[in-house]
Amino acid sequence: MATTTDAAGATTRPTPFLLVLYRSALGKKYLMAVSGIVGLGYILAHMLGNLKLYQSPEAFNAYAEFLRRLLYPILPESGALNLLRAVLVLALVVHVVAAAQLTALNRRARPERYRSRRDYVVADFAARTMRWTGVIVLLFLAYHLADLTWGWVNPAPEGATVYDKVVASFSRTPIAALYLVANAALGAHLFHGVWSLFQSMGWSSPRFDPVRRTLATAFTAVVIGGNLSFPIAVQLGIVA
Amino acid sequence: MNLTLRVWRQAGPSEPGRFETYEATDVSEDSSFLEMLDLVNDGLIRRGEEPIEFMHDCREGICGTCGMMIDGQAHGPQARTTTCQLHMRSFSDGDEIVIEPWRAAGFPVLKDLVVDRSAFDRIVESGGYISVETGSAQDANLTPIPKDDADRAMDAAACIGCGACVAACPNGAAQLFTSAKLAHLNLLPQGQPERSRRTLAMVGVMEETFGSCTNYGECEAACPKGISIDFIAMMNRDHRRALMTERRGA
Amino acid sequence: MTVLDARIPSGPIERKWSDHRFDMRLVSPANKRKFSIIVVGTGLGGASAAATLGELGYRVKAFTFHDSARRAHSIAAQGGINAAKNYHGDGDSVYRLFYDTVKGGDFRSREANVYRLAEVSNNIIDQCVAQGVPFAREYGGLLDNRSFGGAQVSRTFYAKGQTGQQLLLGAYQALSRQVKERTVELHTNMEMLDLVVVDGRAVGIVTRDLRTGEIASHAADAVVLATGGYSNAFYLSTNAMACNTSAIWRAHRRGAMFANPCYTQIHPTAIPASDEFQSKLTLMSESLRNDGRIWVPTDADEARSAADIPEDARDYFLERRYPAFGNLSPRDISSRAAKERVDAGFGVGPLKNGVYLDFSEAIGRLGRDAIAAKYGNLFDMYQRITGEDPYLAPMRIYPAPHYTMGGLWVDYELQTTIPGLFAIGEANFSDHGANRLGASALMQGLADGYFVLPATIGNYLAPMLGRPKVDTTASEFAQVEADVRARVDRFLGSRGTRSVDWFHRELGRIVWDHCGMSRTKEGLEKALSEIPALRAEFESDVRVPGSGDTINSSLEKAGRVEDFFELAELMCRDALVREESCGGHFREEHQTADGEALRDDVNFAHVTAWEWSGDSAAPVEHREQLEYENVEMATRSYK
Repeated sequence: MATTTDAAGATTRPTPFLLVLYRSALGKKYLMAVSGIVGLGYILAHMLGNLKLYQSPEAFNAYAEFLRRLLYPILPESGALNLLRAVLVLALVVHVVAAAQLTALNRRARPERYRSRRDYVVADFAARTMRWTGVIVLLFLAYHLADLTWGWVNPAPEGATVYDKVVASFSRTPIAALYLVANAALGAHLFHGVWSLFQSMGWSSPRFDPVRRTLATAFTAVVIGGNLSFPIAVQLGIVA
Repeated sequence: MNLTLRVWRQAGPSEPGRFETYEATDVSEDSSFLEMLDLVNDGLIRRGEEPIEFMHDCREGICGTCGMMIDGQAHGPQARTTTCQLHMRSFSDGDEIVIEPWRAAGFPVLKDLVVDRSAFDRIVESGGYISVETGSAQDANLTPIPKDDADRAMDAAACIGCGACVAACPNGAAQLFTSAKLAHLNLLPQGQPERSRRTLAMVGVMEETFGSCTNYGECEAACPKGISIDFIAMMNRDHRRALMTERRGA
Repeated sequence: MTVLDARIPSGPIERKWSDHRFDMRLVSPANKRKFSIIVVGTGLGGASAAATLGELGYRVKAFTFHDSARRAHSIAAQGGINAAKNYHGDGDSVYRLFYDTVKGGDFRSREANVYRLAEVSNNIIDQCVAQGVPFAREYGGLLDNRSFGGAQVSRTFYAKGQTGQQLLLGAYQALSRQVKERTVELHTNMEMLDLVVVDGRAVGIVTRDLRTGEIASHAADAVVLATGGYSNAFYLSTNAMACNTSAIWRAHRRGAMFANPCYTQIHPTAIPASDEFQSKLTLMSESLRNDGRIWVPTDADEARSAADIPEDARDYFLERRYPAFGNLSPRDISSRAAKERVDAGFGVGPLKNGVYLDFSEAIGRLGRDAIAAKYGNLFDMYQRITGEDPYLAPMRIYPAPHYTMGGLWVDYELQTTIPGLFAIGEANFSDHGANRLGASALMQGLADGYFVLPATIGNYLAPMLGRPKVDTTASEFAQVEADVRARVDRFLGSRGTRSVDWFHRELGRIVWDHCGMSRTKEGLEKALSEIPALRAEFESDVRVPGSGDTINSSLEKAGRVEDFFELAELMCRDALVREESCGGHFREEHQTADGEALRDDVNFAHVTAWEWSGDSAAPVEHREQLEYENVEMATRSYK
């Protein structure tokens, strides 16, 4: 299976492992889990770093500068940051493409849908809406980058500090609300995703299994709790 | 008790189907769901109409033949219960019950509530066995097997192959079935020599027809034998390991 | 009447099978490919035979009317499988298993066959473990055993309460492997509707595809029937709904003799019927009798609930009548004892049609968890069916038709009276005599399929090498196909008012009332007049709607029920001529003063094998004399 066979039936060079893995649906799920873990690490770090908003504008801006100069001078300025960005983009692409392909596979696996109303027993709202929460998070991500990374839709003047940009953006009530909605979607996605990745990775053992759900809930609560606090804090004037 | 049934009727594999409404009257609450259908069918036959075709055989929950969607749930509302073991005391007088066949690409509808589940047999044929010729076995007690391993293998082997997991899965996936078959053999010492080959072959055939797992857990909830999705995790692990250790030309 | 020769090898019983295996002609590995074998049925016997024949190199065509080879009713066997491993050092041996089985069969089985069965029982366990059958184990990792009715040693291997399922899956997996290897061509959804005989030899079958209705012929060098028993003649039985006699009955009509049809086993521990529309009876494994105590109230008018009835108002009738074996007395004895109490008015439950099987003492002694670990799935099943919790209140049980010891007559090599036609498992008659012991059906099915038939069939095929083959173009195939088509068309042309099931239920009532747990001359004669009358009504008043070119369950059932009508008559006829009581056959005229079965070894130590002689003539009786050279025929006592 992992080798290609020529016309004469002789075995030729083996197919690369990742490609073999990716060809199977199980492998796609595995890669979705791995890329998901990359995303989870990022999302957690992002939230923790942003807590510096509460410390002081200087601390927050210094943190942004730290990221830009990460591993400098081993790597050029922004080198590590761009490398991280590349990894994140790659993970995102794998996650989204695999999800799209698996969704297509699943549609083919049930060409005729049930005509009567399904009565789900355990599949919760979060699990059933993964595709939609994923799309919402993706759209939000585009806006989020345009807002705070590239500054295209940010109201702060040219040359403003990162701190000022965040405050300027979250001061607009509709945008703050948008962040709340997007984080709710992200929360739902994480709630199922974190639990699900243990299954896809095959991380299961009798003693550990009951903890998996707790872990997913705790992770989601921490990350989303932190994320939601930022626009709320700006709106309430705690961060200004 | 009296009930109104809305039952999927379909004359053949390529015929269009539709729901028909039937009244089931004077049903005893001690009767099984299939006996209730027998009663309806008896009335249809007396009127010269074709009875509702459904799959059934042992009527004691072990052969895995029966199965239908009852009010949107595979095998109906009672957990860990096959359709044949579902009894009418689970329903109330005056209920309307909607009955539909399993639906999945791997389970094409043949007639009314009867579907073709031969895809399951193809999965097993691809490697769901231990290769041992009759008469070549060593003494049964020569290889001790830890009780826990034997018990877990038995838990997986309890699968009756009814297809409720596929029917209940929003993705039409057969992961629970395949992983149960794999776990049964992969957990035992006898199953080790062929573990990788078996896993790759069965997963490969499974993916030709069935959907992929998104870890909803509906399969486990619908499984009349309570087979755990832990076995799916085990299959995922075994599959990855098999891919990594697979040799050229294997 | 002729005397049948079972062709039992000579020599001491311990050497018969091994000597015979050496004496039999062999087909060389290269020549096996030249022979094709049809195996009908994929239960324990059929699947294990087809898999093994495929491994040996024969070209096998396996047929099942189920949608998968994993659904046969072998799957429902709960309790276990016997083997003389003596892993527990409690004095078991091949000879003891042989002895117990002959005694349990009430001295109406063939010694040589039973010995062979006991001999290969150990190979079966080895084979199944190697296949990955997850038998129960002890903490040391070795196999666990339990005891079963009719035995005083622990020799029963089990896999929770699903032993039959696990053994069948083992055989199904072995079969699947051969399907992949292309040594076995598996035909699912195909029902055998007739046998084709050319020049006195079985050469093929005619089948109907249950999905498309296609009727087709299949030729082979030999035909093996592994189609199970005929308990559904009683309509209400523990068998699956589709279990039927048609394959062996059609073979009987083509010349295979039918042996001991009156030997039917009534299992003591089924759940009593709750109403008249019930479609089947559900068995509670006999293993429950290891820990459950069977009783009825001493007062027929007892109104208290079971838990409130004090000890001195309970009658543990098995312990009272059979102190040595108590609740583990053999099936026939336990069943009749329960019937005796219920008939006397001491039955329990709303219809007063059961006896209690009580676990309260065992729960008190071992704890609820221990009982749940052993029998949890059975308890759950009971609760699902009855809505009652057996941990709190005793189960109610009553005997139900369960297994048929009778079947096609076969010789030592499992060949019927038609050369080239073999019958294995429950479809034959050979190993259980007049009563089968618990956990012996699985043993016999697998013994025949894995070890006996694959060896003996070569002895039939070897001399056929080089002989011209018969294929499906032979005129006999066309004739049988035409017969089958005519029969199908006759059913489809019916314009009556009643369903096939209605007639089946009525037939079952007659057979149960007069040829069930106890039989009388008057009853059997009454049945023999009622059955043809009902049959005539069936022919004129049955309704088979729908067409023949699609799934049509009414059509499938019509043929099966029609065959049951004919078989039921033969059962009654056989019960009528057997003027004795033995095993599952209890004639009220032949009992001791205290109600025990009274055997007549002088006149009835024989197998009765019936020959079909046409629709309008009475069947002809033949006999095989049973010789007991090793076990002394004694009155069976479990006291």
